[in-house]
Amino acid sequence: MKLIVAIIRPEKLNEVLEALFRAEVRGLTISAAQGHGGETEQVETYRGTTVKMELSPKIRLDIGVSDHFVEPTVQAILSAARTGEVGDGKIFVLPVERVYRIRTGERDEAAVTPVA
Amino acid sequence: MSEGAVAWMLVATALVLLMTPALGFFYGGLVRSKNALNTMMMSFGAAAVVGLSWALIGYSLAFSSGLPIVGDFSHAFLRGVGLEPNGAIPHVLFMCFQGTFAIITAALISGALVERMRFGPYLLFLALWAVLIYAPIAHWVWGGGWLAELGALDFAGGTVVHINAGIAAVVGALVLGKRLDYGRQAILPHNIPLTLLGAMLLWLGWFGFNAGSALAANEIAGLAFANTMLAPMATGLVWMILDLLRDGKATAVGLATAIVVGLVAITPAAGFVSPLSAIALGALAAFPSYFALLWRARTRLDDSLDVFAAHGVGGLSGALLTGVFAQKSWNGVADGLLFGNPMQVVIQVVAILAVIAYTAIGTFVILRAIGLVTALRVSEKAERLGLDVAEHGEQAYTSGEGAVLLLPTGRGSEAGVRGEAALKRVGGSA
Repeated sequence: MKLIVAIIRPEKLNEVLEALFRAEVRGLTISAAQGHGGETEQVETYRGTTVKMELSPKIRLDIGVSDHFVEPTVQAILSAARTGEVGDGKIFVLPVERVYRIRTGERDEAAVTPVA
Repeated sequence: MSEGAVAWMLVATALVLLMTPALGFFYGGLVRSKNALNTMMMSFGAAAVVGLSWALIGYSLAFSSGLPIVGDFSHAFLRGVGLEPNGAIPHVLFMCFQGTFAIITAALISGALVERMRFGPYLLFLALWAVLIYAPIAHWVWGGGWLAELGALDFAGGTVVHINAGIAAVVGALVLGKRLDYGRQAILPHNIPLTLLGAMLLWLGWFGFNAGSALAANEIAGLAFANTMLAPMATGLVWMILDLLRDGKATAVGLATAIVVGLVAITPAAGFVSPLSAIALGALAAFPSYFALLWRARTRLDDSLDVFAAHGVGGLSGALLTGVFAQKSWNGVADGLLFGNPMQVVIQVVAILAVIAYTAIGTFVILRAIGLVTALRVSEKAERLGLDVAEHGEQAYTSGEGAVLLLPTGRGSEAGVRGEAALKRVGGSA
């Protein structure tokens, strides 16, 4: 099993979700995040004060998958989240020691297999 | 007494009172979220302390005959303020109408004090300021005092309200010192829609402020109403153009500020100038305030929400331009520079200088005197934590997640003991 953590542009979230559902990845958690990935900073002006926003809003996806789902998941995110501009985000694939499904107590592969 | 006048002045008084919470929204949106409630409380609290100190003492000092420089105590504690006519309306209503002006003027100063002043000393400051500074100046101009004798034109409070508050704000910012983060970190407005809402409600209330200052339901009220509508529109348009020329983007905070500047500038002129002059006055008034605001942000003066640039400079532009654009054919009171009476500008300058000198010295003395008795500023720790929690024990925006109910401390009960321990922890961290 792997945990896939993806940081993407907020405006790409819907496309990524569609691509994931098409790839039959149905269990995921998303959260709002802020980050900096080398993109040009946005300049904002409030009355006489000009500021450079160092952090841009991003979406973080956390997806626990069984090994044979890693590649389709990564490919789905790669193709759907890409604009080609700096700031498209990152995908991390992490090893997972154990997974439990809270409702049933199932563990590991069984816990990350989508409910039919 | 006229029924029309009474009806209009009842509404106008309520409209002016609305300006104080509107100012709370305007200012509240401009501060960081950790200080939102404290900033809004500075306006709402002003209604309580200034409204009462006005009714009990301030009104008498402003509107009893007394001396040219200050009234006497003949109306103290509302003695003799009853149902008898004062002009076209009952005396007691006139007192309320003027009270709402005292409240908003004092509340305006808070924009220079936000995010660092202790709430108790702030309320004490406002109560004293309303009686010792605002009331005498109101007497000079509107209570039959020496500036009225001199012929200074101030229809609804350019000098009494805006220059007065703008200068007091600068003094307040200087006495209090700058915020810890000022000039070191970006301090951004946390809710600009709130600021826009506040600006629009201020505009609404300002119709009561300016058109109500006719103290009658007559043609001059209509003129003041038209001017109050047109001048901020001109200021807003010029401001957006200046923003666009500066960096290609018209800002929302800028437009909200411009509306206030235009309203401030038309205030002294509202019932004295033609509607076309009001448009010119509003457009011209944008420039000094716009550049004062840019200049201020580069200085060490932490007039946090730019009370001076908006109200001080806007009030100066308005008071001077009143001397330029006043037109006897519209009001029958006086002509300005453009209509062959250059002396009016000189009289306006005298009024401006007198108000600046008195409020600067008086505000300084009051703040320093309170500072001798108790600290004006919150602790460094409280300032970092935010004044909402430190001064009021509340947060503006809380989800309630992680909040544990503390049960009333019943003796011996386990919940009570845990509650007390938790309270100590909370107290210790504030």
